[in-house]
Amino acid sequence: MVKLPLEGVRVVDITGVWAGPHCTQMLAEWGAEVIRVEPRNVLQPATRAVLTRPPLEQVRASSGAASMFYRFPNRDPGQRAWNRSPSFNSHARNKLGMTMDIMQPEGHEAFLRLIAVSDVFIENNVPETLERAHLTYEELRPKNPQLIMLRMPGYGLSGPYKNYRTFGSHMEGMAGHHLLRSYPDLDPSMLGDAYTGDAAAGLAGAFAVMLALRHRRRTGVGQQIELALAENFVPYLGEVFMDYTMNGRVAGPQGNSHPTHAPHNVYPCKGPAPAEGNGHDRWIAMDIATQEEWERLCALMGEPAWAKEPHFADPLSRGKHREEMDRHIAQWTRDKDDYELFHTLQAAGITAGPVQNEADAYRCPQLEARGFFEELTGPETGAHAYPGLIFKMSATPNRLRRYPVRLGEDNEYAYKELLGYSDAEYRRLEELGHIGMDYPPDMP
Amino acid sequence: MSMTALAGVRVLDLTHYIAGPHCTKLLADYGAGVIKVERPGTGDPARSLGPFYQDTPHLEGSGLFLHLNTNKRGITLNLKSAEGKDIVRRLAQKSDILVENFSPGVMEGLGLDYQSLAPANPRLVYVSISNFGQTGPYRDLRASEIVSFAMGGPMNVTGHPEREPLKLGGNVVAYHAGAVAAYATMLALYTAEDTGEGQQIDVSVYETQTGFRDRRVVYLTAYAYTGEIGERPNPEVRLGAGTRPCADGYVNITAMGYRFSELCQMIGHPELVKDQRFSTVAARMQPEAGEAFDEYYLPWLMSHSMRDAVAESQAHHLLAGPINSVKDIMEDPHFQGRGFWETVDHPYTGPLLYPGRPFLMGETPRLPAQRAPLLGEHTVQVLREELGYTQEEVLLLRQQGVI
Repeated sequence: MVKLPLEGVRVVDITGVWAGPHCTQMLAEWGAEVIRVEPRNVLQPATRAVLTRPPLEQVRASSGAASMFYRFPNRDPGQRAWNRSPSFNSHARNKLGMTMDIMQPEGHEAFLRLIAVSDVFIENNVPETLERAHLTYEELRPKNPQLIMLRMPGYGLSGPYKNYRTFGSHMEGMAGHHLLRSYPDLDPSMLGDAYTGDAAAGLAGAFAVMLALRHRRRTGVGQQIELALAENFVPYLGEVFMDYTMNGRVAGPQGNSHPTHAPHNVYPCKGPAPAEGNGHDRWIAMDIATQEEWERLCALMGEPAWAKEPHFADPLSRGKHREEMDRHIAQWTRDKDDYELFHTLQAAGITAGPVQNEADAYRCPQLEARGFFEELTGPETGAHAYPGLIFKMSATPNRLRRYPVRLGEDNEYAYKELLGYSDAEYRRLEELGHIGMDYPPDMP
Repeated sequence: MSMTALAGVRVLDLTHYIAGPHCTKLLADYGAGVIKVERPGTGDPARSLGPFYQDTPHLEGSGLFLHLNTNKRGITLNLKSAEGKDIVRRLAQKSDILVENFSPGVMEGLGLDYQSLAPANPRLVYVSISNFGQTGPYRDLRASEIVSFAMGGPMNVTGHPEREPLKLGGNVVAYHAGAVAAYATMLALYTAEDTGEGQQIDVSVYETQTGFRDRRVVYLTAYAYTGEIGERPNPEVRLGAGTRPCADGYVNITAMGYRFSELCQMIGHPELVKDQRFSTVAARMQPEAGEAFDEYYLPWLMSHSMRDAVAESQAHHLLAGPINSVKDIMEDPHFQGRGFWETVDHPYTGPLLYPGRPFLMGETPRLPAQRAPLLGEHTVQVLREELGYTQEEVLLLRQQGVI
């Protein structure tokens, strides 16, 4: 077995929701020993669960965005719903888990002992939380002078928004993404949330930790990294900001349009209408970048008369008459099978592909050939194929190794083997409520 | 004077458009010495994409290119000429990292694939970014921002349920793939510096989307658990959550399930906490509850500005953010006060504000951005200083159209 790049690196993880856990997922996948430290007396918001014991009827009825938390295996929350949610389990593989309340003296003490034997500490809480817990870099550095500490607040460790609470979605509103990706003909409240900034922050955090690990290996010096989700995400929209600083242009909602490509949209294919389909509607995305591609598309469509009209002659004109053009194209695509059309268009040298739902992804021949999905069997989830690794390293073959970590799963290992707690001390921490695999029965 | 994180690391950059240049920008911004290779005459095709300075197409005036290529040196090379290939081979021999995002097979056709370059430099980390990866039945298919998101990402659950699915803003799919590549590059560099052995990294934009943290992996896991596919959520039926209008724009405030009593306090209706319609999380998730609650919620929203609604929400420990335009955020005192925007001077555009650092490092700070290279700006410098060409040899290469 080839050694993974991060074998021997221990990461303490008190992250919540998505951005932080995604960062530690990236590190865990490539060999770091990531130890999730979680409280048993507080349900971290929107992390393992929204409710510890959600009523069955609510689980069965949930739809839309709520399904990210409530689509438990077989829609059954089970005895411990917090070990079964897709939102959490999609980032929790390859990690270890231990429990403690870092706000109480015994938990704080255990946490400092963990910091002393670790390499990296990652958190994405509201900054004041770490100050209240006395776990700032200045306070931890004496316990571990080589510590690398990554903080991932929404807006930074200083400034008027320092303690602003945010999910990725709120930060994206702040950063300008929500407005930009709205429908041009509907107001921004008609669009649900996206969390691109969480994905971006997780990756940037993992990249930053690698920079710091490399520096520490060369110099012996650790450091703190401050990664504000908003500052990390704004550069992803760099050209839109440059248009403002260069030309004073304030970009409005773009929908599926492109500054210079037309057609550039999704077009309906054979299947139920959106309102009836409830996710089963079929669409094909098409991106016509050049005049040659437009001519190839016209040939495939059978050189329709409408396409010969002068107001569709060049990309600029087509962009100006986008709606009319898209109605014509939709007429052509509407009764066609999306996959047949996909291969026909690609064979003609046109950039196109179906809007794939989850079932489509699981039967995709490309993902199958590359072994993207990987099965993991968990004691409280059963066997399921999970989305796998997002890049390949030729000399470092890699697989998903462990099922999504359960609450407190590795308490024995962490307290006794790693931190040297005696059986008696361990039992005392159990009695005090730090150690366990369940939330109290009265917790909402 | 403190050192940058990647001081001394040498990167040969054979990338163009967005994903590849974003990867090498992250390396360059944290101290790596990046030599970007462009085709003579027209350069990176991103130079021909807008937005342009003063809306005038110009190879030195693309905002996209200027933003993505800070801190790099630039040379021009005709990769189809024998001399051009030889120069790449010689530069690769002296590099720690090579990043390319040509279609699969192109580098092989040029004799510049990993297998060809590794014998002369076994430590080389060779990073390939492509639409679908270097293998598999879709390897040679075409893709773009919207197509990669449609096929790989959560487009099926993005947008209004009664409308067409929507892409994300700008080119975030390509930027994201570049960030994946930058992390993978660091893993391989970290390994190579330990073992002396490089390797090839294969980044498929399609897979970076299928493994996208922005909802896709969650919905895929939910499908694996239940056999149910995702839906585009109806934004109109959520209680105290999602984007809503206010006095001067829109705000996104979330209280559902978390801090409902704080929300009721804030809008001046503390009695609603005990109202049967809203008394449990389960009740609050019903569409009718959202509609009923809006009667109390919307009047409060419409009497507050974006900034005030968000500030008040935050004072009540509610998650909240404004729906900003680019202008709103650039004028926001928080970001200005933290020194996020940075001024970059350039001979064609003059000084302009650019988006700044993605993160701050205590010991190995990111240096202020140096402007993107002019087309071929460092060709002579690199050939002479890095490869020892004489002035006459450089002149000859220029006459032959190699540079």
